[in-house]
Amino acid sequence: MAKFLLLKHYRGGPQQRPNARTPMEEWTPAEIAAHLRFMEDMADDLRRRGEWVGGEALAPEGAFVRYDGEGRPPVTDGPFAETKDLIAGWMMIDVESLERAHETAAYLSSAPGPGGRPLEEWIEVRPFLEYTPPVVD
Amino acid sequence: MDELLRPLVPQVLGVLVRRGADLATAEDAVQDALVEAVRRWPDGFPEDPKGWLVTVAWRKLVDAHRSEASRRTREVRVLHDVAQGPVEQRDDTLQLLFWCCHPALTSASAVALTLRAVGGLTTRQIAEAYLVPEATMAQRISRAKRTVSEHGVGADGDLGAVLRVLYLVFNEGYTGEVDLAAEAIRLTRLLARLSPEPEVGGLLALMLLHHARRPARRDADGMLVPLGRQDRSLWGTSLIAEGVDVLQTALAQDRLGEYQAQAAIAALHCDARSADETDWPQVLEWYDELLRINPSPVVALNRAVAVGEVDGARAGLAALASVPDDVPRRAAVAAWLHERAGEPATAAELYAHAASSAANLAERHHLLREAARLAPDAPGT
Repeated sequence: MAKFLLLKHYRGGPQQRPNARTPMEEWTPAEIAAHLRFMEDMADDLRRRGEWVGGEALAPEGAFVRYDGEGRPPVTDGPFAETKDLIAGWMMIDVESLERAHETAAYLSSAPGPGGRPLEEWIEVRPFLEYTPPVVD
Repeated sequence: MDELLRPLVPQVLGVLVRRGADLATAEDAVQDALVEAVRRWPDGFPEDPKGWLVTVAWRKLVDAHRSEASRRTREVRVLHDVAQGPVEQRDDTLQLLFWCCHPALTSASAVALTLRAVGGLTTRQIAEAYLVPEATMAQRISRAKRTVSEHGVGADGDLGAVLRVLYLVFNEGYTGEVDLAAEAIRLTRLLARLSPEPEVGGLLALMLLHHARRPARRDADGMLVPLGRQDRSLWGTSLIAEGVDVLQTALAQDRLGEYQAQAAIAALHCDARSADETDWPQVLEWYDELLRINPSPVVALNRAVAVGEVDGARAGLAALASVPDDVPRRAAVAAWLHERAGEPATAAELYAHAASSAANLAERHHLLREAARLAPDAPGT
């Protein structure tokens, strides 16, 4: 088994397909409800399959923070309207293979959008580094 | 308590199944009985712990049937009648292992089911060891049980599948409260008592010999220490002695297999008092043997290291040429051979490349440090 992070982006990644270009605030309430139901069903299905680890949606606005020396408050910067890459949410899965991770990401990308059509949104798939050290040398 | 209870789990489960209980339901009942034992035994220890668990598990089983199908009273009565006999002394653990490692299961499901039904670990412990939520692990286990129930287990189980699952558990090492490597050794010891197959001994020997080196595999900072640089005084001598003993018994049957060959290589490393004393020509012979049994690119990669030790780094690099680029750890081996060939700059680049493609955090850190050690502006060069 291997753990993967599936990332949904507000911005960034390859050029989105037409269905994924309309911002959610321009969808109808019924379209939004159908989308959210799909996401919940998908999480339930992953739980049933024993592949679910976790998942959350992220607010679009955040800040960059850094250390600024002993005794000084953290420095913050942003939010940046122009940042190229902006993550909208994450889902962590524990699956048998990379193929299964891609299949799950493709399913996530098929979530319904405007007109009930699949969004065909790009999902970023990132493997986690295994935490356990090798026991064989 | 845990140490006492867990060896009883497969035995109790075996009794329930032999009495006609469905495996999946029986497995749940055994877990429920364990919970009750943990709660009640501290107040008064039963004279016959196994009999106690069988009785309680059977009652749980009857309860489960009753609540599930209260109308099917006849079936419940049948279960009641069977429960009266004495507890048989047969060991069904082998059959249970075949069931848990059914070829229809994914390896992760087989691992989880084995750890619970034979290892006696709780779902929470297994979930923690594999870093997933308990609910997810519970689903994985019940799904696995459904799959096996649908497929059924014939009289002839797949011993190879059992060995693969046990080796996977061993390779998981330990992250939290449960030491999976030690658990894999415990289960393989159990299997070795039930099956005379030499590959079972081969796997047990392989595990013992690798486990013996565990105390030397990390330094004080938690960084990986490669075999050649390990402090060999930290190796577990009694584990090595046991491993060699088990291996010799297996090899004496003259039916060589993959695990025996790998264990033979591990034994040669354990036998050398310093890295310089390693009998590399013999190691290489075993790799040739292993390659005949299992002509995999991973074996070919490890063989290239041995070639490098026996015939020099150039020969090692030549052996490496036939190993495909996408084999994990290939870049790390190439780096090592280039370093030995007197090309530190190439080696440093390859170590950095190997670090970026490492799947494991500890390996990544180790490879980054190796790259830094050989960097042109590194201190001391």
